[in-house]
Amino acid sequence: MVMDVVVLAKHVPDPQGTPELGEDFLLRREGVDGALDPGDEYPLEAALRITEYHGGEVTVVSMGPEPAMTAIRRALSMGAHRAVLITDPALRGADALVTARVLASAVRRQPFDLVLAGIESTDGYTGTLPMTVAELLGVPAATFARRVEVNDRIVRTERQTEEGYDVVECPLPAVVTVTAGATEPRYPTLKGIMQAKQKPVERLTAADLGLSPEELAPTQSVIAVEAAPQKAVGEIVQGDDAVTRVADFLAEAKVI
Amino acid sequence: MAADAIDPLDFLDVDRLLTDDERAIRQMVREWVADRVLPNIEAWFENAEFPREVAKELGGLGLLGMHLTGYDCAGTNAVSYGLACLELEAGDSGFRSFVSVQGSLCMFPIWKFGSEEQKKKWLPAMAAGDLVGCFGLTEPDAGSDPTRMRTSAKRDGSGWVLSGTKMWITNGGIADIAIVWAHADDGIRGFIVPTDTSGFSAKDIHRKLSLRASVTSELILDDVRLSNDHVLPGVVGMKGPLSCLSEARFGIVWGAMGAARSCFDTALGYAKDRVQWGRPIAGFQLTQEKLTDMALELNKGMLLALHLGRMKDEGRVRPQQISMGKLNNVREALKIAREARSILGASGITLEYPIIRHMNNLESVYTYEGTNEIHTLIVGEALTGLRAYE
Ligand SMILES: Cc1cc2nc3c(=O)[nH]c(=O)nc-3n(C[C@H](O)[C@H](O)[C@H](O)COP(=O)(O)OP(=O)(O)OC[C@H]3O[C@@H](n4cnc5c(N)ncnc54)[C@H](O)[C@@H]3O)c2cc1C
Repeated sequence: MVMDVVVLAKHVPDPQGTPELGEDFLLRREGVDGALDPGDEYPLEAALRITEYHGGEVTVVSMGPEPAMTAIRRALSMGAHRAVLITDPALRGADALVTARVLASAVRRQPFDLVLAGIESTDGYTGTLPMTVAELLGVPAATFARRVEVNDRIVRTERQTEEGYDVVECPLPAVVTVTAGATEPRYPTLKGIMQAKQKPVERLTAADLGLSPEELAPTQSVIAVEAAPQKAVGEIVQGDDAVTRVADFLAEAKVI
Repeated sequence: MAADAIDPLDFLDVDRLLTDDERAIRQMVREWVADRVLPNIEAWFENAEFPREVAKELGGLGLLGMHLTGYDCAGTNAVSYGLACLELEAGDSGFRSFVSVQGSLCMFPIWKFGSEEQKKKWLPAMAAGDLVGCFGLTEPDAGSDPTRMRTSAKRDGSGWVLSGTKMWITNGGIADIAIVWAHADDGIRGFIVPTDTSGFSAKDIHRKLSLRASVTSELILDDVRLSNDHVLPGVVGMKGPLSCLSEARFGIVWGAMGAARSCFDTALGYAKDRVQWGRPIAGFQLTQEKLTDMALELNKGMLLALHLGRMKDEGRVRPQQISMGKLNNVREALKIAREARSILGASGITLEYPIIRHMNNLESVYTYEGTNEIHTLIVGEALTGLRAYE
């Protein structure tokens, strides 16, 4: 059974750097070094393994400004077959719902069996996007998978939990989010890097997806940003009775 | 990093002179080194071991013979090869040495001077890292002056018999094949010697205090009989081994800057953290002079490497120009390593920091592939038309 797998991938400002906010409180994305979100390499690795086993192709779908091509090239050099990049000035400041609409519309344009995504982005941390995309596509979502397998049109995942994992199965097509507990992503190879440029990348605007200005209008806006409150200075307990006093304090706070 | 800030490790923004592919290749090697070399290198260096199993990993990434075309080689440009050498050597010179020997000293002569059958037989397996090569030119009594080598190759019916000893051979003890250079009737010829051929043996050299994470061996050729399909048909004379050395030296021009970058990076971080007299030692003028001089030479060396790389990709670089690059960049890398060592004070003498390891490694790099003196004299000859070394 040949599988068409879509991976949702995001270009994020350099994960090692300090992110900066613009005057409108939106993350500065232009003129900042960026990369494929490291969290997106896990679903990509899972997608590559699935198509290597079953046959089929991996399509990377990303929404972002021009520099997002860096992330797409990275995914293609790791082995993805083709990519779709949605770039549109109207999408600047798109919130999670608008982004999900855009991605779902782009995914719907081609046949797909499985959509894989990371659990959350390392810049936004909303963690709601993949489930929203599933809802818009009208397919089930299985989340927090540390393992993804496909058999007879059924996707079987191991959903990571605090104690271990739950086995979750659902029929295809489906959306699955993959954790960093899954198989380590591969390195791009030299051949992969050199072939990436020849692979097809479709570039779309919001208009190409047939989305109306109303559908693109953010439903959220950031009106203020405050620094996280400083942690209050702790109390230093010294002296012979220190142990008892610390124990009393912890008991009072109901932590022991 | 914000777009307008100066990157201390790339002060002149040499990065912007690279193509997207070149940056992606460098990034991939950098990540591999961070994941696979850096966590283990102190132990490998201390225990004097080279983890042979990484050969296949390097092959899987496409790094072995990467600048060659066809026969499962990746076919990148020279600049990409240089960048890979730089990132590997920022990990440890032993890894760069391994890749230089495999790609430039062993695969290159087969690719350049071998028959079609030889290329098909050996190159794909070497590119994959399934077979490891070594390069035997130097002998106990013939180092800088390899023309006076004693190893001989005598005709024996339709085949050959090789006898002699090779010394200081990287990968010797772990190699599946050796490229051996020997005197034949018509001049110096190159041979592909499978190391399981009877009469061939390798003895590892121990007690090295430099390039410890790399195998260095003596090769003994005791009447090694080879059929005629083991001689490289395409070259007779010293230009055979010398053209390989030119390839490998090009990688060293870049690699040395990798070791230097690691030392500089470590020293800069240490100087900003280490407090004496109530303030970071980075705030003292003498430390700043050291750091500035290191950054200066690092950036000049990068520009030199990139310039030679672009010339190589245009097919117009001369061996004497590569000599100038090797001369400068290894010399300056060694100076940077020593200066960095001084900034770390006592901490600089331990394996906890990469500096003294790089510094000791660079002593080998200073000597192999043509010593600093020989490259000085090669440039001197190119300038004056007078040969001073023989
Ligand atoms: C770790 C390591 C790995 C190596 N790997 C390999 C390998 O894989 N394959 C291989 O074939 N070789 C290898 N070599 C050998 C290396 O290439 C030689 O050591 C080098 O060519 C110098 O030769 P030598 O050590 O015999 O020094 P010598 O040639 O004896 O030189 C000693 C000193 O005299 C100087 N000198 C010599 N002639 C002149 C002159 N005319 N004018 C001025 N000064 C001069 C030299 O510059 C040097 O300072 C390796 C060496 C090392 C240390």
